[in-house]
Amino acid sequence: MFKPLDRNGIAARIARDIPEGWFVNLGIGIPTGVSDFVPEDREVIFHAENGVIGIGPAPAPKDINPYLVNAGVQHITLRTGGAFVHHADSFAIARGGHLDLCVLGAFEVSENGDIANWARSPDEPVKQVGGAMDLAVGAKRLWVAMEHNTKGGGESRIRRVCSYPLTAKGVVRRVYTDLAVLDVTPAGFVVVDMVEGLTFEALQERTEATLIRGASR
Amino acid sequence: MIDKFVSTRAEAMAGIADGSVILLAGFGAGTPEYLVAGLIEQGAKDLTLVVNAGGRDDGPIADLLASGRVKKLICSFVRPASVAGRLYQAGNLDLEIVPQGTLAERIRAAGAGVQAFYTPTAADTLLAEGRETRVIAGRNCLLEYPIHGDVALIDAWEADRWGNLTHRDSARNYNPIMAMAAKMAIVQTAHVVPLGAIEPANVHTAGVFVQRVLHVPG
Repeated sequence: MFKPLDRNGIAARIARDIPEGWFVNLGIGIPTGVSDFVPEDREVIFHAENGVIGIGPAPAPKDINPYLVNAGVQHITLRTGGAFVHHADSFAIARGGHLDLCVLGAFEVSENGDIANWARSPDEPVKQVGGAMDLAVGAKRLWVAMEHNTKGGGESRIRRVCSYPLTAKGVVRRVYTDLAVLDVTPAGFVVVDMVEGLTFEALQERTEATLIRGASR
Repeated sequence: MIDKFVSTRAEAMAGIADGSVILLAGFGAGTPEYLVAGLIEQGAKDLTLVVNAGGRDDGPIADLLASGRVKKLICSFVRPASVAGRLYQAGNLDLEIVPQGTLAERIRAAGAGVQAFYTPTAADTLLAEGRETRVIAGRNCLLEYPIHGDVALIDAWEADRWGNLTHRDSARNYNPIMAMAAKMAIVQTAHVVPLGAIEPANVHTAGVFVQRVLHVPG
């Protein structure tokens, strides 16, 4: 028997792999929670697309600063050493290769590293792009945090080919799901880690793409 | 003597023509709400509005769209359940969705005299369909053009009579680049300070990019 990670569990698992000194952007959804699991004494610098470098913990209600929000327009604090830049410089950070890591949520990831995270169909009447396309092509590393399978149908989100409209092609380096950690390699998805009690075979059964056993598996 | 201060909102908004491209700064903070109300009051129509996102059901962007004066919206996303989403789905609003970094860079390019640029952002997506792409240094890139404004509506924390500005914390966002990209940058500032009071190295938007300033105490 095995127990899938909940959303906080995925966030905590990602936080374990972020070393001191990295400059990191966290997307909306599961990724936003990652910073809560980075110990305070490990200096990781978090970026928000609206021009914040060095996001600190959420403020107590009495300490809210209306001029200080993150990319999800939530109130935040600034760490000592933090800085503000304007929007074009903030996206120069994203697009210019200055982020060591960006973590995004996604609908699907394919074995060649394509990510689909902005639309469920090419015919969606109103398009919601935001900053994901910029972050996906610009960060030094792109990791994805998502549930391994869709909620109702249990469809695999780890795909040979994405079925949803792409955000970017060939950019995902690693995927953290509620079941496993998968590296995207030229040979395909390599299983780096699985939740306790899950077997490679059981993981493969839940995955559309063909998986490759990692060194320790 | 250079003095960019105007004393009334009507004076600040005077002369904005029908068909103007309006750059509206702000991202959760730093939206010049008093000037948006002034634009609605002023009455210019057939506007193109350039703004980070299409807003919600209320607030300055929703109010401006609901006024019926905006013909086209250029932004990075629109919520389906919003004034903008409903206007678009009813066929009453042209919409151009631009990735947020490309939006910021197109505005910056306008202010910097860049005639066009190539970027990998969105090059392999639906947004590139029917548009010019080119492989540069092994990466597929999409051709993008600048977005020039006739008018920019700008929020500031402090301003002096030359129009030198500071912006508070993350309220800076689009304000400096939109001021540079428009023929006329109109500023609402929370505080007025004497010339020279802002440390020169701490000016966020230089006064040369600003045409009019209105004091709107917070």
